[in-house]
Amino acid sequence: MSTIPITPDAADEPWVLPDRGTVGMACLIIAESAIFVIFVVAYIFYMGQSLGGPTPRQVLELPIFTTICLLSSSFTLHWAVAALRKSRVGGFTAWLALTVTLGAIFLIGTGMEWYHLIYIDHLTIQTNLFGTTFYSLVGLHATHVIVGLLMLIAALIFALTGHVNEKHAHRMDVLSLYWHFVDAVWVVVFTVVYVLGR
Amino acid sequence: MADSVTSLSAVETIDVTPAEKPRQLFLEVVYDWITTVDHKKIGLMYIAYSLIFLVVGGIEAIIMRIQLAVPHNTFVSPEVFNRMFTLHGTTMVFFVGMPILFGFGNYLVPLMIGARDMAFPRLNAFSFWISALGGILLYYSFVGGVGLYGAGSAPDVGWFAYAPLTAKVFSPGHSTDYWTISILLSGIGSIGTALNIVATVLCMRCPGMKLNRMPLLSWLYLVTSSMVFIAISPLTAAQIMLLLDRYVGSHFFDTQAGGSAVLWMHFFWIFGHPEVYILVLPAFAFANEIIPVFSRKAVFGYPAMVAASVGIGFISMSVWAHHMFAVGMGAGANVFFVFSTMIISVPTGIKIFNWLATIWGGKIRFASPMLFSVGFLFQFLIAGLTGIMLSVAPFDWQLTGSYFVVAHFHYVLVGAILFMIFAAFYYWYPKVTGRMMSERLGKWHFWLMVIGFHMTFDFMHIPGLLGMPRRIYTYEPGRGWEIWNLLVSVGALIQAIATLIFIYNLVHSYYKGEKAGNDPWDAWTLEWSTASPPPAYNFATTPVVHSRRPLWDIKHPEDPDWNYE
Repeated sequence: MSTIPITPDAADEPWVLPDRGTVGMACLIIAESAIFVIFVVAYIFYMGQSLGGPTPRQVLELPIFTTICLLSSSFTLHWAVAALRKSRVGGFTAWLALTVTLGAIFLIGTGMEWYHLIYIDHLTIQTNLFGTTFYSLVGLHATHVIVGLLMLIAALIFALTGHVNEKHAHRMDVLSLYWHFVDAVWVVVFTVVYVLGR
Repeated sequence: MADSVTSLSAVETIDVTPAEKPRQLFLEVVYDWITTVDHKKIGLMYIAYSLIFLVVGGIEAIIMRIQLAVPHNTFVSPEVFNRMFTLHGTTMVFFVGMPILFGFGNYLVPLMIGARDMAFPRLNAFSFWISALGGILLYYSFVGGVGLYGAGSAPDVGWFAYAPLTAKVFSPGHSTDYWTISILLSGIGSIGTALNIVATVLCMRCPGMKLNRMPLLSWLYLVTSSMVFIAISPLTAAQIMLLLDRYVGSHFFDTQAGGSAVLWMHFFWIFGHPEVYILVLPAFAFANEIIPVFSRKAVFGYPAMVAASVGIGFISMSVWAHHMFAVGMGAGANVFFVFSTMIISVPTGIKIFNWLATIWGGKIRFASPMLFSVGFLFQFLIAGLTGIMLSVAPFDWQLTGSYFVVAHFHYVLVGAILFMIFAAFYYWYPKVTGRMMSERLGKWHFWLMVIGFHMTFDFMHIPGLLGMPRRIYTYEPGRGWEIWNLLVSVGALIQAIATLIFIYNLVHSYYKGEKAGNDPWDAWTLEWSTASPPPAYNFATTPVVHSRRPLWDIKHPEDPDWNYE
């Protein structure tokens, strides 16, 4: 045991702690990731196990256009927050509106895909294991896109009615973390469902 | 240096201006509690809620033990027996274990790290109420669902609800739906509270409260809450799949359509085993605070304790399939899970070693919290030993699904976790209410609990070894099980009496207990520096800490702790 006293830290030493919004969102993302992992595992586990058709190869088309839309919406949201941080509210509103549009295009694309699958290819969640895992995994992701989109639309309404200024940049930062997460999940879903699964 | 010490004088953290307490109407009090976002009130609501469910789950256990006390008993029908063990397990894990630990965490973590409140107070209230709704929904199933013919309506599929028992064909009516949705809701609440605790511990610490100076309780709550994200979420996902199976006709666990019943087992136990550690780590946390204070020594091996807790957190994610040795996973998987299960006993052993080393040479005070802690140490050791026995796959093949397994996990859940929860009640009750709990009743409670516990769960191993399977509603005489079952049932009644004494003590001491003062145990962590009960704002001025035992530094300015860290 040392007998030399260690001087306690000086009182004027800055006391910096992580930001609670970011930490909270990071925790939520970890929890959500675990949910997605289970659905992805179920998808991979049941790949090719269906007792009857239709199979993914017969009915799935690569959703290239909507994927590009969703992934680029991450960039537009990033630029929106960057504009807000420089207190350019006009630029923020424009980029945010573009983000919402791109997200909506993705959802419409998913809707059209599902309509085609259900009414033309006669694949429902009850048809076989492919239907079960496909609709639940893609549907779970689409639900997250809808939730993210609703929050972005709320932010857009606040921006259009003039309630947003650069003081809110941090909140938008936290919200954009969620949106980036939803986009990152799509990369996994796309790879598993449309690349490996076909 | 003298300045830095006086900056945390006990006088400054307590507002000495006399508080005015206006008399409130009953409805105002109710409104106050329902709308509160104060971490202390939410913590107390969590604890009260889980105590109610502890009594309910206990009554279910007693019903089962009366039924099994003698062979060919007809105290309850087989259907009712099925409902009892399902509700007993589900209630005790989701509506007693989780909320009581979150309740203590809610109450203690902000006080211990010198914070004003949790990081997200409104999320905190939301998490509590959604968990509460889950528990109410589970018991509403008695009224609201229609199950199998003659089975009444409560869930009867067992607490791990293996497929295909939960399929629509085998569980008609809505009993299983109530089970699924109540667990889904309580899972959402758990994730919300866990998120809150992690954010609080990381972002709300008072100046000087570095991570390596945090009380071990905060550390263990950080680890256990982080585990909640990775453990509870798979259960939530699996419950969503089960709901899809039951309501829109998907085939996740439908073996007729190629689905897999084993997949449910994996998903359930990926939650189920880490859950044991989620429940036991807060019990360790209580031991980490109580044992040093009652041995009058700083905790032995603080860094090793933190490292062991984090280690348990990681390893516990890779042991789940030791619940499934009998499924036939193949030699490779069996070997992996045998070894991972054995490895997790290493960090646990480190903890027991450190607690013993803390007690060693200490000036021990055997007050009620310490009595329960010592009981915990012995019983947790034995629970760990039967755990190592069961981790050996061939041994497990013999005894899986027998009363030996039931005895093993109740040794952990009752002998370790419940004992430490009782210790925590005796230890922090003076802080919460301002009054001491009765030591005399505490000693009665402890000794009856020890006798009842060992009568029940020591003897329960034996019918398990003799081949008695779990979940049977009765048995034939002449198999050598009768005497053991009778003893187990008598022990359960003794535990029930002990628990009633405890609840009487809780209520009686609230009105008649002797005044506690701010620091009745001469303890060292920040919660004891403020008033008992703490005011809504916790600390009148934000405390500043310089070591792991800030109150020791105040009480012993000539020999502060930071000289030794």
